[in-house]
Amino acid sequence: MPHVLVVYTDDEPGVLTRVASLFRRRGFNIHSLTVGPTERPRQSRMTIVVDAEEATVRLAVEHLKKQVSVLEVQQLGDRPKVVRDLALIRVAAGLEVRSEVLQLAQVFRANVVDIAGDSLAIECTGGPDKIDALVDALRPFGILELGRTGAVAMARGPRASPEVPRRAPAPAPSNQAMSV
Amino acid sequence: MTTGGTHTGAQLIWECLLREGISTVFGYPGGAILPAYDAMVGYDIRHVLVRHEQSAAHMADGYARASGRVGVVVATSGPGATNLVTGLATAMMDSTPMVAITGQVGSGVLGTDAFQEVDITGITLPVTKHNYLVTRAADIVPVLREAFAVAKSGRPGPVLVDITKDAQQGRADLDWEAAEPIRHLRHLPPPLDPEALARALELIRHAKRPIILAGHGIQMSGARAEVLTLAERADIPFALTLLGLGAVPATHPLSLGMMGMHGEAWVNKAIQEADLLLAFGMRFDDRVTGKLKEYAPHAKKIHIDIDASELGKNVPVDVAIAGDLLTVLRALLPDIPVADRSKWLKQIRGWRGDSAVRDIKNLPDDGHLYAAHVMHDLWRLTGGNAVVVTDVGQHQMWEAQYYHHDAERSLITSGGAGTMGFALPAAIGAKLARPEAEVWVVAGDGGFQMTFAELMTAVQEGVKVNIAIINNGFLGMVRQWQALFYEGRYAATPILSPDFVKLAGAFGIHGQRVDTRADLASAVAAARTAEGTALIEFRVEQEDSVYPMVPAGAALHEMIRRPATHASAIAETGSDPV
Repeated sequence: MPHVLVVYTDDEPGVLTRVASLFRRRGFNIHSLTVGPTERPRQSRMTIVVDAEEATVRLAVEHLKKQVSVLEVQQLGDRPKVVRDLALIRVAAGLEVRSEVLQLAQVFRANVVDIAGDSLAIECTGGPDKIDALVDALRPFGILELGRTGAVAMARGPRASPEVPRRAPAPAPSNQAMSV
Repeated sequence: MTTGGTHTGAQLIWECLLREGISTVFGYPGGAILPAYDAMVGYDIRHVLVRHEQSAAHMADGYARASGRVGVVVATSGPGATNLVTGLATAMMDSTPMVAITGQVGSGVLGTDAFQEVDITGITLPVTKHNYLVTRAADIVPVLREAFAVAKSGRPGPVLVDITKDAQQGRADLDWEAAEPIRHLRHLPPPLDPEALARALELIRHAKRPIILAGHGIQMSGARAEVLTLAERADIPFALTLLGLGAVPATHPLSLGMMGMHGEAWVNKAIQEADLLLAFGMRFDDRVTGKLKEYAPHAKKIHIDIDASELGKNVPVDVAIAGDLLTVLRALLPDIPVADRSKWLKQIRGWRGDSAVRDIKNLPDDGHLYAAHVMHDLWRLTGGNAVVVTDVGQHQMWEAQYYHHDAERSLITSGGAGTMGFALPAAIGAKLARPEAEVWVVAGDGGFQMTFAELMTAVQEGVKVNIAIINNGFLGMVRQWQALFYEGRYAATPILSPDFVKLAGAFGIHGQRVDTRADLASAVAAARTAEGTALIEFRVEQEDSVYPMVPAGAALHEMIRRPATHASAIAETGSDPV
């Protein structure tokens, strides 16, 4: 079952590799992963959709938290959330079916963003189910090209967890006293 | 950037190491790390020149394990760096705090396949806690400070810092305070959950057949006294993992000995019969659990570990507590009730007696030399006070069974990774960390031949370690598996060795060969008193096997027991094994 994780990381080279490598070598199956800038400077925000059992997802979260570059991990779980995916779909749409395709797009509140001789490019934003449904509806006309961003997610309601300071309020670590 | 700073990047490396309390590093120079080596001569640092970078990593590992301090290894770019990989993986698996510093080609040619360029941060990503590529002198101090903090904090581990040549040659100011690391504090264990502690106490109170599973985490947390207090007050026996040996004393009345694949039969039986397991700083490795589905089927499980990603990973547990063991035990101890579990202890003693009569150690000398005898005698002759560094294979298991470790950090061995060739270099590192300790290498003829070039390092550095080579002419553990599970087809396991005594002579060290048990004590005495490193080759029984054994994938109680009579015409005796 798909689980949605939101991960804040430092925006530095190699973070995406670290996260992807962690998921690969621990055998956690990534359904989708998106990454982009956030409300905080020098930080990135990933939305990771994982296909796994609850217990496995908990382990994935704990592994993510061990990464030096990871600031915060939210497991959205059953909480009310907004999940959005964006798709660009080029569909075959000769004159004889063009109005039908346009109508479908309208039903899904999708926008036509390009018109070529025999095809239309449609942009659609929504939950993954909605996009799946639009893709299914367009398939009989002939889908020539399809690109999807993967899910970006956010919990509904107040900010999911308290602000994590970039500089943690730290007890000064002693350099000689070993924690081992 | 290249002008105006108070120090060169190369100098900043050594300034950092000194401030981190480092006085010894293990390494091998080369082009891309040359600026750092050039700057080193101005600093009060002991550099141990190795014969292969893998050994440098093992030395730093042994140094760290023996002392609890961070081990530091230095190598150049390309092959110098890739040679570290096995050592880093070994340290990662066994949670050794280590910092590896590698030179890298100039930042201007990064990514062009320049001479001796290798993407070492990419290569070592899965075998380090964290790694860094540093391309500016100004980043050296903050990155190195953070690297040390990361290596030591939480569950310790190796960190690699790859520094380009131009970053070493550039200049920057030394601003120690401004570089104080903080990122390692982001994911400290959560505050203790009082409810989890209460449930743990409830389980302990009601347990009739509890066992403590004592792991490596006890030493790293410094929780030895607390574990013993809990065990004694609640009358709970403890079984140890391989890396847990020495964490609590082997000769303690509540000590059962090692658990798992080559654990004693009574230990594994006790675990299978237990009604409560208290797992302290261990990770339910497959060598410890055997078949998971049938592992300790009657037991509730309390798991305490600093690494939350270990909780519930292999074995579902009833109470999982993520935290520093010392902190958790201090919270639990005031409420641990005094108990008497003599009935349970008596039951375990019964199983123990049954195993003891089969124990080779209790068998008379039949003229053959058995590795078990060598380990037992070595334990007696050194008063159990040596730091023993073992390689990987049969001798490693025999050592674990017959050398009884009372002191912390007295056994150093590659557990998780099982890295052959580890022992000699790790022992050199251990001896440099604790010059007052008597350090013994116990290695097989196979593993010793992987890294014996480091004998010359020991000589050059004036390091005395005593070496016991357990020579059976085979890659013994693999041969044992072939005998048991591959119908005796010995594919590629017979192995020739050089004349080890002559080899010792070539290195200018004391060397001796022992074929019978009668000659053992005098040889050990000669090695101990020899000036400098000394080597003894023990020619042992060629096709001896380590028993008991839980075959891989079998349940813990499905052990292959020791044969009732080991060799021909050996009488059984019933003396109590220690």
